[in-house]
Amino acid sequence: MSHKPSSSFVADTALTTFVCLLMAFLYVPIWVLIAFSFSSSRSLTWPIPGFTLDWYRKLFANADLLTAVGNSFYVATFASLLALAVGIPAAMALHRFNFWGKTLFRRLILLPITLPGIVTGISMLNMFRLFGFNPSLETVIIGHATALIGVVVTQVFARLQRLPKSLEEASSDLGAPPLHTFLHITLPNIRSAVFGAGLLSFVLSFDEIPVTFFLTGRDNTLPMYIYSTMRRGVTPEINAVGTLIVLASLILIIVSVLLSRDRSPR
Amino acid sequence: MAAIIELQRISKHYSKTIIGVDDVSLDVEDGEFVTLLGPSGCGKSTLLRMIGGFEAPTHGMIRLAGQDVTHVPPYRRDVNMVFQDYALFPHMTVGENIAYGLKIQGRSRAQARDMAVDALALVGLPDKIDQKPAQLSGGQRQRVALARAIVRRPKVLLLDEPLSALDARLRDQMRIEMKHLHEKVGITFIMVTHDQEEALTMSDRVVVMEKGRVAQDGRPQDLYDQPASPYVANFIGTTNFVAGSLTGRSPAGTRIASAAGDFTATADLALPQGAEVTLGFRPEKVRLLAEGETAANVVPGRIAEVIYYGLGLRTTVELAGGTQVHVDCLLPDSLARSAVPQPGAPVRLGIEPHNVFVFAGRVAA
Ligand SMILES: Nc1ncnc2c1ncn2[C@@H]1O[C@H](COP(=O)(O)OP(=O)(O)O)[C@@H](O)[C@H]1O
Ligand SMILES: [Mg+2]
Repeated sequence: MSHKPSSSFVADTALTTFVCLLMAFLYVPIWVLIAFSFSSSRSLTWPIPGFTLDWYRKLFANADLLTAVGNSFYVATFASLLALAVGIPAAMALHRFNFWGKTLFRRLILLPITLPGIVTGISMLNMFRLFGFNPSLETVIIGHATALIGVVVTQVFARLQRLPKSLEEASSDLGAPPLHTFLHITLPNIRSAVFGAGLLSFVLSFDEIPVTFFLTGRDNTLPMYIYSTMRRGVTPEINAVGTLIVLASLILIIVSVLLSRDRSPR
Repeated sequence: MAAIIELQRISKHYSKTIIGVDDVSLDVEDGEFVTLLGPSGCGKSTLLRMIGGFEAPTHGMIRLAGQDVTHVPPYRRDVNMVFQDYALFPHMTVGENIAYGLKIQGRSRAQARDMAVDALALVGLPDKIDQKPAQLSGGQRQRVALARAIVRRPKVLLLDEPLSALDARLRDQMRIEMKHLHEKVGITFIMVTHDQEEALTMSDRVVVMEKGRVAQDGRPQDLYDQPASPYVANFIGTTNFVAGSLTGRSPAGTRIASAAGDFTATADLALPQGAEVTLGFRPEKVRLLAEGETAANVVPGRIAEVIYYGLGLRTTVELAGGTQVHVDCLLPDSLARSAVPQPGAPVRLGIEPHNVFVFAGRVAA
């Protein structure tokens, strides 16, 4: 075709424009957020009138907010650990054994991911009431973990499926009982999936609101705290919190990439 | 010598219709090199995996050094395996791979490392102890897998198609090396392969399998000279088949009539006169008779095709009745042009009675 050069130029330009717009759509709000967190004016005006670290200073003096951050870390850490502790053996069972109702078991484990948080929240609240538990951060942990187990099982199971069966057999052949094989052969080879699932769980739990809303008692997590202060509008202080979260996420992403790189290329 | 492995009527039925292994009994002597040979899907791996403990038989009993190990898990069997994909642990170095089983035995780190060094020297890879499997070539991985399996000095070493992933040249070299290794370490080897040449060159004894059963079990030479069935005759080497019927017995042997002519065979089958049989003879055991030459069995035919393959000639001859057979002959030192058979020319084939196999029944040609 004689038009080819020009038509491919048009296509290239269109694609480049699209990618630029997409990137802008994804990242401009974050840059704006970061910029406002350093703004010397309380009102959100562009360009920012001056630079200040006041909001960060205030933030670190805000006891409620710091407690909320601590609560969020507590919840996200233990919810992820609980999800891993239950999810990894469940994925192993799915991978290793053929049992009656296996497909149903898989579906049921994955269901809580797709269930709206409100449903999980209300139903778990009912259940905890029934058993006489008071809402607390611990009930939030259990609520989060139920949904996160699905995340862990999916990721770990997919990794196990790619692991040659002969590795575990070779370990057994060389005298290792099942637990030894799991710790020394299976686990090191699914490490990246475990880290990935753990980090994803942590992040999902960290900014979760609906389930937390129903299951928490007096304690607030960070998203809940931010949400409650939002009634007074977005303050620069909130922007500062947001900026710190972006920074923390960035660190998490870098760490996870570094840790999860499989040491031996396949 | 005592049997180190005794398989007593072993079967593995994966389901009602999928039968992996069907009623196999087999004894393996201590120190023997036995090969399970057969086409893909005949149950070789399943049988080997049952000896290793990775599959439980649905019927039968397995004894290892006199002990019933039918339901003993792999980690408590004194047997080691070289896996088809080698199954080296990717997150460990070569040395750690080999020391893995030794540490489980409770050996110290230093002792395990010394033994790993020795095992690597034995397989000819002394300088790779600190490398990762991913850094090795296919042949080197194969050697590491061997070293890892023999370092514990198991009673029996199992090898599942150990050479199939290597290229042809390396495979030839490893055949010899593995045979030498077997002689050196004195461990019983049980190997699985679909390659008859591999089976014949490496093993003391070959077990030919067909659809989950043992078709024949014997020394390579016996399988070659006295195949028990057309299946074995054609799986080990190649064999020409001619349909015939038994007409009688004479002092020289069994008389058989066929469309291609009459044959005498030394082999004697307990079959009635008139029974349908299949004759077999190997292409390399047939002579193209020269003018005036004769043989115990002389079969006339016409040359259909001549193929030159360097070492010799493969001639396709059409016999009376339409059956085509192959005749192989080595080329003489200096080849007279006129001596090369030409397509279309009439020939006479000479076959000695002891080179004629007789099998009951007819096989589809
Ligand atoms: N895990 C399994 N489940 C069901 N059928 C199997 C399984 N493993 C092997 N088979 C079947 O058993 C038969 C023998 O397989 P295998 O022992 O692997 O043969 P070979 O090693 O001789 O190629 C084949 O028909 C195969 O499909
Ligand atoms: Mg196989």
